[in-house]
Amino acid sequence: MALSSKTKAVLLGPLNKNNPVIVQVLGICSALAVTSKLEPSIVMAIAVTMVTAFGNVIISLLRKTIPNRIRIIVQLVVVAALVTIVSEVLKAFAYDVNKQLSVFVGLIVTNCILMGRLEAFALGNGPWPSFLDGIGNGLGYGWILVVVGFFRELLGSGTLLGYQVVPQALYDAGYENNGLMMLAPMAILLVACIIWIHRSKNRELQEETN
Amino acid sequence: MNRENSGYTIIYASVMVIIVALGLAFTHQVLSDRQIANENTDKMQQILRSLNLDVTAADAQTKYGELVKNAYLINNAGEKVEGTEGITPDDPAFSTELGDVEAKGLPVYEAQIDGSTKYVIPMSGAGLWGPIWGYLAIESDGSAIYGAEFGHAGETPGLGAEIETAPFRNQFKGKNLFRENEFTSVAVVKPGQTNNRRDYVDGISGGTITSKGVDNMLLNGVGEYRNFLMNLRTANK
Repeated sequence: MALSSKTKAVLLGPLNKNNPVIVQVLGICSALAVTSKLEPSIVMAIAVTMVTAFGNVIISLLRKTIPNRIRIIVQLVVVAALVTIVSEVLKAFAYDVNKQLSVFVGLIVTNCILMGRLEAFALGNGPWPSFLDGIGNGLGYGWILVVVGFFRELLGSGTLLGYQVVPQALYDAGYENNGLMMLAPMAILLVACIIWIHRSKNRELQEETN
Repeated sequence: MNRENSGYTIIYASVMVIIVALGLAFTHQVLSDRQIANENTDKMQQILRSLNLDVTAADAQTKYGELVKNAYLINNAGEKVEGTEGITPDDPAFSTELGDVEAKGLPVYEAQIDGSTKYVIPMSGAGLWGPIWGYLAIESDGSAIYGAEFGHAGETPGLGAEIETAPFRNQFKGKNLFRENEFTSVAVVKPGQTNNRRDYVDGISGGTITSKGVDNMLLNGVGEYRNFLMNLRTANK
């Protein structure tokens, strides 16, 4: 299926020049909290993508019927319902990951990316572009989480997805896991590094200095 | 239709809430069997960890069935409550929650390891941010600790949350709950400090309030089993 250039922009924009985390700096709280291991990062990325995509579709379908005065409430109810479903599914099928994510699954409700997309995009566009916009923003958030989770688990625990990847020989030679990587401040430093690389490649995003 | 009409707004909100409620109730019903099974497996894993066995969720059920030979409730005098024996998740020992006012007693699990009986008792208490809990495996003399396991709902990662790690729980092995026939439990002290009246382990640096919570839980939670442990001591004299 060929995508027109407009839908392509809707889907791919958030992955790069319009990224919710590194350009709009939204959703930072959970990005710092759940990325100490790769697995919860991936699960969180999938969960947020699902919720943004389906939240966008539902709000887009309802957009012509929603009373303007309670539209934020309607959006919240839709998001909260989807998040509860995600949390129930995780409890049933990925109990351990759900324990690691703890409160952060519930806190997807307050993720600014979600409300931002519902308010800015789904209320004014049809279901299909809204779906793509949700997927795009979810993945845009997700790939940052996965990159951060990858480096934090690799350098902090010497493992990836729980499997040992740093060879024992290296530990015998005096290498040590960096415990600092397990703490939230390193996550924000890693996000900052990603922003730095991203902006040096996309000069038009750089703010003008006085 | 006029979307700004108050009547429309109220009806819209009501219908939406009813639909969402039905949807969520349905999801919960469909998934609740699996969720309960997961919770039970998790509890079995915790009990096994207190017996110094770290098993995966897939093996937990078999291993639990192999080792845990009996489970029952005890009353305040430390005696077994009639008709509460059984190790399956539906039996009273497994399904009784600590602190439930309607509970008929306190749960005890008996495990057979290398020919000797270990008694596993659950504990619950308060940490810094929320509840903490644990299991204590005690030797058949009613005093020496065979192993311990701790869990928490939301202690600070890297600080209070360290109570659930192996280095912390392994410190408890071989400590005594009794000193000169007096129940003293095991103290959790600041690292580097000592306690001459009680057996002690090091707390978590930077997790002072969580460590205090564990200390209280060991004193008060385990204290409720005092008579039961006393009976074990007398029986083994």
